[in-house]
Amino acid sequence: MNSAALKGKRGFTIQKLAIGVVGLIALLITPHFLKFHHQDLLIFLTINVLAVCSYRLVTLTGEWSLIHAVMMGVGAYTVALSVNHFDLAIWFTLPLAGTAAGLVAALLCFPLLRMTQFYFLIGSFAAGEAIRLIWVEFVGVFGGTSGLRGVEAPIVWGIDFLDPIPYFYFTLCVVSFCLLILYRIENSRIGLTLHSIHWKAPLAESVGVDAWRYRALAFILGSFFVGIAGGLKVHYLGSVTPNQFTIGFMVFILIWVIVGGYNKFYGPIIGVVVLTIFDESIRSFEVIRPAIYGGMLILSILFLPMGLESIPAKLKSLFGSDSAPDDQALSDQ
Amino acid sequence: MPVLEINNVTKQFGGLMALDDVSFQVEEGEIRGLIGPNGAGKSTMFKNIAGFYEPTSGNIVYRGVNIGGKQPHTIAEMGIVRTFQETTLFQELSVFENALIGTHIKSRTNVFSAVLGLDRAKQQAASDKVMDVLEFMGLVERRDQLASELPLGSQRALALAIALVSEPKMMLMDEPFAGMNAEETNHMMDLTRKVRESGITIVLVEHDMKAVMGLCNYLTVLNFGKLLAEGTPDEIRNNDRVIEAYLGGA
Repeated sequence: MNSAALKGKRGFTIQKLAIGVVGLIALLITPHFLKFHHQDLLIFLTINVLAVCSYRLVTLTGEWSLIHAVMMGVGAYTVALSVNHFDLAIWFTLPLAGTAAGLVAALLCFPLLRMTQFYFLIGSFAAGEAIRLIWVEFVGVFGGTSGLRGVEAPIVWGIDFLDPIPYFYFTLCVVSFCLLILYRIENSRIGLTLHSIHWKAPLAESVGVDAWRYRALAFILGSFFVGIAGGLKVHYLGSVTPNQFTIGFMVFILIWVIVGGYNKFYGPIIGVVVLTIFDESIRSFEVIRPAIYGGMLILSILFLPMGLESIPAKLKSLFGSDSAPDDQALSDQ
Repeated sequence: MPVLEINNVTKQFGGLMALDDVSFQVEEGEIRGLIGPNGAGKSTMFKNIAGFYEPTSGNIVYRGVNIGGKQPHTIAEMGIVRTFQETTLFQELSVFENALIGTHIKSRTNVFSAVLGLDRAKQQAASDKVMDVLEFMGLVERRDQLASELPLGSQRALALAIALVSEPKMMLMDEPFAGMNAEETNHMMDLTRKVRESGITIVLVEHDMKAVMGLCNYLTVLNFGKLLAEGTPDEIRNNDRVIEAYLGGA
């Protein structure tokens, strides 16, 4: 590392830190200014941030799955069952939710990861539907189409998590912790290896990378974290049904990731935040809401193929000096 | 004693005999050229050795172990690393990151160490190794450039660097001189010699006869999937059957 590069990096970190601190304060005070309905929405938004970020980890190897929403459901059902039957505390249910989703993913690796690209996409969709059918058909265990209800909200240190504000803070802590881990993974050796498999799997294999194992690792880890997201959701909602995790929700995850931009860690976060706020602001146009949403997706793919996260770089290259933005864009990657 | 023995290897694709009962040996420390007209089976042979294909029959013995049909990453761990035709690189990554991926075998890590940063010493060693090899290849100044932005010669040098950082004992080079001008070819030949001097056995497939004759100490000639001839460059140059194969049977 030469000193100039190091300095540039550090300067960038201070900038990031400042943005982070301001953002954090905003996040902490926001729920106090919101109506009850919007507080709910804020919690689900926070949970969905974890869903999209964990999905990004899966896509790092270049394989897009359609089972992520169902994996969230695996976590949700695990929590519902463990609370209803064993009355487990939230400190145990959440890791359990992640582990269950991770285990299901690990088992599915054997049939699914024999396939790549479109075959993997369709295969993962079919596997997800199979799991959803299990929830629907095994009424005795999973409650059928009406799902599982009466999952009591956890009470931690005398704080009732039925109240949205404390639960929002709790969710924020859990999600931030998970994001930190996801970020560390992506920026570690493992993240680099996942990227290498995406760009040129044979070349990676020729220097000793076991591509299958790394695909499996990304799939299992992504499922683990989305399982936790599912667990967070059911602890707040108090119920879980198979209809929460249909292909419809999966499409939303895809839209959030694509519109936000999947080339950078924070792209999907921008996507889910912007689109959730946007979706809420057009709530009054109930009937044509899907059309507006769809139109937004088409426009963003046409004009921002790299997603919303690419807007700052684009603006910089439009208005900035001609050499600086390019350097910035390079060092960002 | 040979390090690599190809024993009666046959590779069939449906009705097509890509390799037909081919046997040869490679000695430690040599630069072996694998030549022949288009479609002779040279690349197929490479893919069999590197584990990208499984031989239909016959075996490939590397230091006493049959590696025929093993996975590419397993064979890489045993010390055989291949380079690719054309410019197969991680185009969207920097030169440094490209080479860093080559250190996978020594610096791979698990999720816990990666998250907690316990593998820092290992990763530092990998970076140092990469810088050494980039220095060796004359790529240090370009280390922050994207691989896709490099001129052809440097891309080939980078492909070689990726293979080298993995510290192989044997390197399979697939057409390293294709599309190069005379100056680039000379530079690449120097690099290849330097690689051999560092103790790595080299097998290369190449069409550029001038480079092959100047570089290799022994040649194996394939034609239509069969072994046609073996010998030193001088012997091959004067071998009637080889001349006939190349000039198209007059």
